[in-house]
Amino acid sequence: MDEGKAKIIDEIISKYASRTGRVLSVLEELQEKEGYLSKESLKYISTRLNVPLSDLYSVATFYSFFNLKRAGKNIITICMGTACYVKGAPKLLEELEKLLKVKEGETTPDGSFTIRSARCFGACSMAPVIRVNDRTYGFMSPERLPAFLKLYGWKQG
Amino acid sequence: MRVRSLDDLKAIAQRALEKLCGRRIRIAVGLATCGIATGAEEVYSAFLKGIESLKRDILLTKVGCIGYCREEPIVNVVIPGKALLLLSRVRPEDASEILKNLIDGDVPREKIVCRVKEWDHLLEKIHYGDGFTDVSLYEDTPFFKHQRKIVLRNAGIINPEDIEEYIAVGGYRSLYKALTEMTPEMVIEEVKRSGLRGRGGAGFPTGLKWEITAKSESDERYIICNADEGDPGAYMNRNEMESDPHSLIEGMIIGGYAIGAKEGIIYVRAEYPLAISRLQIAIEQSRRYGLLGENIFGTDFSFDIRIVKGAGAFVCGEETAMIASIEGETGRPRPRPPFPAEKGLWGKPTNINNVETWCNIPVIVYKGGEWFSKIGTKNNTGTKVFSLVGEVQRVGLVEVPLGTSLKRIVYDIGNGCPDGLKVKAVQIGGPSGGCIPEGLLDIPVDYESLKEVGSIMGSGGMVVMSERTSMVETAAFFVSFTSEESCGKCAPCREGLKQMLNILNKILMGKGSPSDLELLKELSETIKTTSLCGLGQTAPNPVLTTIKYFKEEYEELIKRYD
Repeated sequence: MDEGKAKIIDEIISKYASRTGRVLSVLEELQEKEGYLSKESLKYISTRLNVPLSDLYSVATFYSFFNLKRAGKNIITICMGTACYVKGAPKLLEELEKLLKVKEGETTPDGSFTIRSARCFGACSMAPVIRVNDRTYGFMSPERLPAFLKLYGWKQG
Repeated sequence: MRVRSLDDLKAIAQRALEKLCGRRIRIAVGLATCGIATGAEEVYSAFLKGIESLKRDILLTKVGCIGYCREEPIVNVVIPGKALLLLSRVRPEDASEILKNLIDGDVPREKIVCRVKEWDHLLEKIHYGDGFTDVSLYEDTPFFKHQRKIVLRNAGIINPEDIEEYIAVGGYRSLYKALTEMTPEMVIEEVKRSGLRGRGGAGFPTGLKWEITAKSESDERYIICNADEGDPGAYMNRNEMESDPHSLIEGMIIGGYAIGAKEGIIYVRAEYPLAISRLQIAIEQSRRYGLLGENIFGTDFSFDIRIVKGAGAFVCGEETAMIASIEGETGRPRPRPPFPAEKGLWGKPTNINNVETWCNIPVIVYKGGEWFSKIGTKNNTGTKVFSLVGEVQRVGLVEVPLGTSLKRIVYDIGNGCPDGLKVKAVQIGGPSGGCIPEGLLDIPVDYESLKEVGSIMGSGGMVVMSERTSMVETAAFFVSFTSEESCGKCAPCREGLKQMLNILNKILMGKGSPSDLELLKELSETIKTTSLCGLGQTAPNPVLTTIKYFKEEYEELIKRYD
């Protein structure tokens, strides 16, 4: 564990003095900073919070928000909520997988895109919805996808 | 500034009223998640640029969402002394034209949805004025006509990031009343009298729940707001937090006082970044104004709120799983009893209510339980917010008195399916709910009637499905959701749902046999009766209701390949 990383984690931990909600909050904030939870980070948090590593691993794999693998530069998440489903989200995912040539949960070899799916963003009025990083886009269609991906630096071929 | 008295509140209200309907033109852009996703931020920037170049004293501000999601981006404008106008589908390129008109005291007609002469915030009324008599009134507009706003009384009208605007429409006056004129027992009594039932879905009487927690022997108690809105197709709570976070906060402080808790926790899902940020802003403002923290209103009552972000596990909407999650464990439910009211967070008595339940509290305390109990029906008082989505024309968030018929919501408010399609079913209650066929849409929306037809109230998702939706596929979709979200603790849910999904997929692939339907029903009954928590106990509902009401679709699939 290098010192810089340890310092980042120490700083995050220092923000959560109360034990209420601490484990989730620390893991969430670290992931927001690093993009994923590395093995070393989890080990270090385990000693600092005095929580067995097995318990932390259990938490990190139970919740869908956490990733143990590094994600791509842009994370495209397709909403699979009921309204999106009714309005064609499965076709959207199919097309996206075809265009980026990777499956849901995977990252393109050049590290620029990761495809994920979500339970529901609660933006059902604009179904089907996708989210790129933090931005939500509504009324998506398979036909709109290529032009849309180009905005994020995707090159066809 | 610290607020210490009713006079302090009134002084702030007076000042902030000037922002809502003062001497300046006010342009308010609807900036909740739905608005932003359709370009409302660009609309806001366009107005900002336009106002700067005009060098006019015009107030540009942001508001939450008024619920008419299909018409986003929505902007409301107020010309001093005239009616508030709701404008729909505003594009950045419309800004300069609208500004030009506003300065001349006018608004382009083609953008207007309706006008509001007076808005009832329930604790305060705001009179905007007349004018634009050729434009239809809010109360005559089909989408709004049958609605009654209690929970969403401020949504889309006030700036959610400005505590003073909340105070201007009567905010924190209920808290003042509770802390200075009522004992905790009186507050609980008032909530009991209102008849309010938990809006998270189960419908347990809120006042009774509070009383049990308050009476549990302990030196410490907690209250929790369940904002882990996990039902796909439901976004009422997201909008309530994004549009009017102080309503929730005030409700929780009053709850803390009544129950005897010093700390409240809002457990909100990580998928709602904007709601989280607005809650954080609101909490900080409340602290700065002395409405959260030590000695609120100079009394000896102290209370604070912290936010805990969920990390994407549907089962955490279940009370005991949520508590486990807050304690830093995997979100797996614990057997009840003991109920959280006796032994909850860190083993202390804990009261958990949904966002919407908390948002009703300030109104009940101020207007009285008696007033509230007259809205809705006898055992189902008050209103409920539903997200009316799927294949329906006027998509949006609607708040109606309980007991309103489904027909009214789907047809009168929602205007039925688009493209001339017929409504086939309405799915209510999230993945644990049921599919109600068109023929039964006469039923009133209340906890008992929905249960009778095999569904549940749930948190308020209402997904309309047209004749082109396959009900067997829909059932499989929900079971794949619940089986994936099963925490794995108890076998009926973990293994049973998996087997159920296998059978459904087999039927969909044309390999089903007639005995599969009986098997599905038998499996459903077992899962319902033997699962540990609500997730498993209700997960078979979509299968049971689709077999009950759309059996021919199953039989058709089985027969076709027989």
